[in-house]
Amino acid sequence: MNYLEQFKQQFDRIQAGSNDNGLGTIRQNAFNAFSKMGIPTVKHEEWKYTRISSVFNTQYELSPEQTGDLLSSEDLAQVRLPGHEQAIELVFVNGVFSFSLSNTRSSGQLEIMPLETAAANEYKDIVHKHFGHSGSYLKDGINALNTAFVRGALFIHINERQIVQHPVYVYNITDTRKENVLAQPRSLVHLAEKAQVTIVETFTTIGQGEGFTNQVMEIVVEKDARLEYYKIQQDAGSQVSTTHIRHIGKSYSNTVTISLDGGIVRNNLNIVLDADYCESHLYGLYFQKGQNHVDNHTVVDNVKPNCFSNQFYKGIIDDNATGVFNGKIFVRPQAQKTNAYQSNKNILLSGSATVNTKPQLEIFADDVKCSHGCTVGRLDEEGLFYLRSRGITEKNAKSLLLHAFAGDILENIQLKIIRDYVDQQITQRLDF
Amino acid sequence: MLSIKNLHAGIDEMKILKGINLAINPGEVHAIMGPNGSGKSTLASVLAGREQYEVTEGTVEFLGKNLLDLSREERAGEGLFMAFQYPVEIPGLSTTNFVKTAINEVRKYRGEEPLDAVSFLKLMKEKMALMNIDQSLLSRSLNEGFSGGEKKRNEIFQMAMLQPKLAILDETDSGLDIDAIRIVANGVNKLRSKDKAVLVVTHYQRLLDYVIPDFVHVLYNGRIVKSGNKELALELEEKGYDFIKNEVMAKQEA
Repeated sequence: MNYLEQFKQQFDRIQAGSNDNGLGTIRQNAFNAFSKMGIPTVKHEEWKYTRISSVFNTQYELSPEQTGDLLSSEDLAQVRLPGHEQAIELVFVNGVFSFSLSNTRSSGQLEIMPLETAAANEYKDIVHKHFGHSGSYLKDGINALNTAFVRGALFIHINERQIVQHPVYVYNITDTRKENVLAQPRSLVHLAEKAQVTIVETFTTIGQGEGFTNQVMEIVVEKDARLEYYKIQQDAGSQVSTTHIRHIGKSYSNTVTISLDGGIVRNNLNIVLDADYCESHLYGLYFQKGQNHVDNHTVVDNVKPNCFSNQFYKGIIDDNATGVFNGKIFVRPQAQKTNAYQSNKNILLSGSATVNTKPQLEIFADDVKCSHGCTVGRLDEEGLFYLRSRGITEKNAKSLLLHAFAGDILENIQLKIIRDYVDQQITQRLDF
Repeated sequence: MLSIKNLHAGIDEMKILKGINLAINPGEVHAIMGPNGSGKSTLASVLAGREQYEVTEGTVEFLGKNLLDLSREERAGEGLFMAFQYPVEIPGLSTTNFVKTAINEVRKYRGEEPLDAVSFLKLMKEKMALMNIDQSLLSRSLNEGFSGGEKKRNEIFQMAMLQPKLAILDETDSGLDIDAIRIVANGVNKLRSKDKAVLVVTHYQRLLDYVIPDFVHVLYNGRIVKSGNKELALELEEKGYDFIKNEVMAKQEA
């Protein structure tokens, strides 16, 4: 049975249930789109450097039933991030949001509910307006596949004028102990006017079975709202992780994507600047060894004038690992006075490490400032010599230099406990 | 302490050092002077352990060990310090963190315990005052955006922190104004003691006004062609290097 037939059977099973307040129709449309597009191959322009089709040779369970009771508190303890005592913790197990495992700390600052509930209550306009917006940017079967199976999805509403005191930790857990799992967590986050929130996402695969995570989070940012978003990937499992941020009023976002492990990792980060005077920062650090493959695809779409964006990604690639950076900047005809910057710097630590870096600027306005640059090189020999001349061993000198290289990405993680944690994880990985 | 015998070295088939002989004893300050292209930097690089330079003949012994067999970090562990002509900028690594790591690695090499935080801070404060360096400079990325003078002062600061047995100053005076030269010289003089030695490699005599050498050697065309005391440096400053060149030519003709 090929993957399409396999998915069709499971899809029919979901659709036989409730229409989930209109989500059933959205699922149907997405499944039709998926059937047409299929899983992207390397012939797809956006997947040129990332071969993902082999992941779909496995038979997966896509539409798990109640999954919250799969995990014990010991399992969860291994997944938790430092600072969780002070965090709102939201847990997805095999793509299904689990209320029982989550700690929502009801505070009146934000509302957390199933997406199908939000699709029918006072948030229904928001859901119908913004859910699935990433699909118009990601025209490949992967995004459609997530939408086709949307169920047990999460809706978060950050209330107007609220500065959410606790960071929101989202744990995407793929539990393969019982069966092979294709987990597809999905969420829609809405920051109302003047709201502020910090979101941290992580990914964990448990068990020896085959697991693949195809996650999508869509975030809508209203006027005068501020978003801090950090993605921490240090799981050996393969995944496609999509973050789609849509600024619809003059607002601010800062994202940091840290990829320290993973089989095949593809990150899509879309920033849609659909209001005047928005500001967005996109930072990323990937540090990969072994046979790992990490691909960061970013899109900054300047729809309205006077927006500022800055992309800064750094990579350290060792062994036979591969890093891909593909940074797209669109400046639409009406988006005059756009300031859009992009930089990608890479260090290759071995002769068989690979980096593919590709800036892509499509500018249709004439009064803009855009720049891009990329470098791929080896560790600075002069720096290494200097450090060693002061008595520092080659191993530690390398570690210090790479840590220094990573430093100006890490410093953009404003949440100190997470910044320190990532720093510590990097130190461990620098132990050659 | 340092004994260089018949040292020949070069880079990419080019012979630069053609038989250097030099002995430095504890407590001594030696200066090596010479015109551009005489081999000063090559000598400093070979002693520091730059891999591009190939030693084809001769020996270098440092405190009873074959220096040429030691890795760069082992040389530092044994007590050799090199103040660089062009200190490297390392964005993202603070000077404090760097110096602390260096001190503790050297201590580890010698089988000593790491310096505790209090002792380190105390030592650092003392040496900061000596080199007229303030805290903000040390918290910044190593040498990044430092002025020429700040870089050189930082080199001597590192030397003062590491307390080497032999310090080699490679053109440390180049690009320094007179105040910076005084500060650098003061730092070097503070290191002088009966069991430590200094080798100053320089084009000009002016640093030697403040760091008074016991011996001055003139390097020309890959060899030490003349040695003397501090008067020789003054003579060079007055007459220029041409008189040495003429002397050498005269000898060759005779």
